Amino acid sequence: MAKLTLYDYELDDQCYKVRLFLGALGCLYDKVAVDVHPGSEHRSARYLRLNPLGALPILTEADLTIYGAEAILTYLALKYDTARVWLPEKPETFGRIMQWLAFSGSILSAASIARAHALFEIEADETKVYRKARLAFRLMEDHMTKQQFDDTFWFIGNTATIVDIALFPNIALSRDFGVDHDEYPALRRWMAHVRGIPGFITMPGIPAYH
Amino acid sequence: MTKTTDIVALDEWYAIAVMADVGGNPIRTRLLGQDIIYGRGPNDRVSVHEVDASGRPGAALPTRERYNCLWTSLGAPRHEIFRLAEAEEKDRRVVVCGWIKMRTSGLRLVENFLDMAHFPYIHPNILGAEPHTEVPQYASEIRRDVDEVWATNCQFYQPQIVANGPGGMVQLTYRVPSPFVVMLYRVCPSSPDRLDVIMMFIQPIEEDLCRALPVMYLIDDRSSQIDLLNFEQVIFLQDRIIVENQRPLLLPLEPRSETPTRADLSSVVFRRWLKEKGLRFGTAEGGRDLV
Ligand SMILES: [Fe+2]
Repeated sequence: MAKLTLYDYELDDQCYKVRLFLGALGCLYDKVAVDVHPGSEHRSARYLRLNPLGALPILTEADLTIYGAEAILTYLALKYDTARVWLPEKPETFGRIMQWLAFSGSILSAASIARAHALFEIEADETKVYRKARLAFRLMEDHMTKQQFDDTFWFIGNTATIVDIALFPNIALSRDFGVDHDEYPALRRWMAHVRGIPGFITMPGIPAYH
Repeated sequence: MTKTTDIVALDEWYAIAVMADVGGNPIRTRLLGQDIIYGRGPNDRVSVHEVDASGRPGAALPTRERYNCLWTSLGAPRHEIFRLAEAEEKDRRVVVCGWIKMRTSGLRLVENFLDMAHFPYIHPNILGAEPHTEVPQYASEIRRDVDEVWATNCQFYQPQIVANGPGGMVQLTYRVPSPFVVMLYRVCPSSPDRLDVIMMFIQPIEEDLCRALPVMYLIDDRSSQIDLLNFEQVIFLQDRIIVENQRPLLLPLEPRSETPTRADLSSVVFRRWLKEKGLRFGTAEGGRDLV
């Protein structure tokens, strides 16, 4: 039995961030499927003990329980990527990675809400979350336009980092809530590179070929 | 939008909620462009009402509780909700998968459900796999006595007939008992003399917006609930991308310009049936009239 356990919902974009990274790292892990829709099992007493916020993903390893996609990515990078490729230690790079992870956990989460609203009818102020999600995508597009102008394919520096993993799912799944990729050419080029990461996996809503 | 004037659509029964979700707190939703509200009143009595222009509950609507769901109609249904004999068998496992909303006409979803040709491409390694792409000859007909569409003698190679199960040739029968309900009977891999039933109930919200609920009546005491849910939901999301990207979103009833292939037979019969009924809601033809 693998010692890593991921509490997972197949259709959840935040869980996909973690599955994507575990795939890229080539880590073996156990997956516990949680009945989020329609069962709301993630808000049951059993899961509230693991994450009082009542949300997935949750990762456990021995006595450690850690929740939230960005925190889990950081933990996995420090623990299993000894070459420090995915989370470089250089202060300038590390700082910018933290900046974009915070972006992923704040404004970009509007995209997750918009998608959950469009798919599962989760209550949300539709106008507001759509506007916020589009703003997040616009900021990412502007950033990647600059990066590509400087001849780099990745969000930070010249190699893929956990930022690329953290930011990919929301935009890749944006068609689930009616936001097409046509208006984001730089992000489309970037997404093609993310798809090329060894160990890349898809999820429903992200076609294997495009 | 406002309530449709399409009598054919108004007179049908529609599943609008899972019974387990019908409680003391009234819930508002929309059916055929009309806002409605449902809930459980005193004495546990379930009711559905139209919501009038001022936002107050208006006319009470007919209700039924069938197949784990609350059903209603905005018109005067001329028949009862279709009967499913398998639902009366006591050893069935009932799996209610959860509503998923889709930006498309509910009729597009029915047509997609009837189509086997897309299995290997849209549901690779689940419902189909290359190079097994051929749809063998099957029969599709309008059954006049019951006014339903049936497709029989359908076969297809599936790499995973049930969740985490082995692959093989699956034997399917499709049934469309009303324009927004579609189901399939599948020869049960574990007991070949019985049929698994997978239904899809569609609540048409607007012409090009619907929510759909898969409900399964299975012979399966082996799979876990979560595996069954995941299996169905993954397939459902794969289909959602396809139907939301079809243009027009509304279903054209006129024959397609290109020559239909053998695999399109069910679609041709389904469209002909809708046209004969005079259904307009959710069709490209009806949609044009309403604009
Ligand atoms: Fe499908």
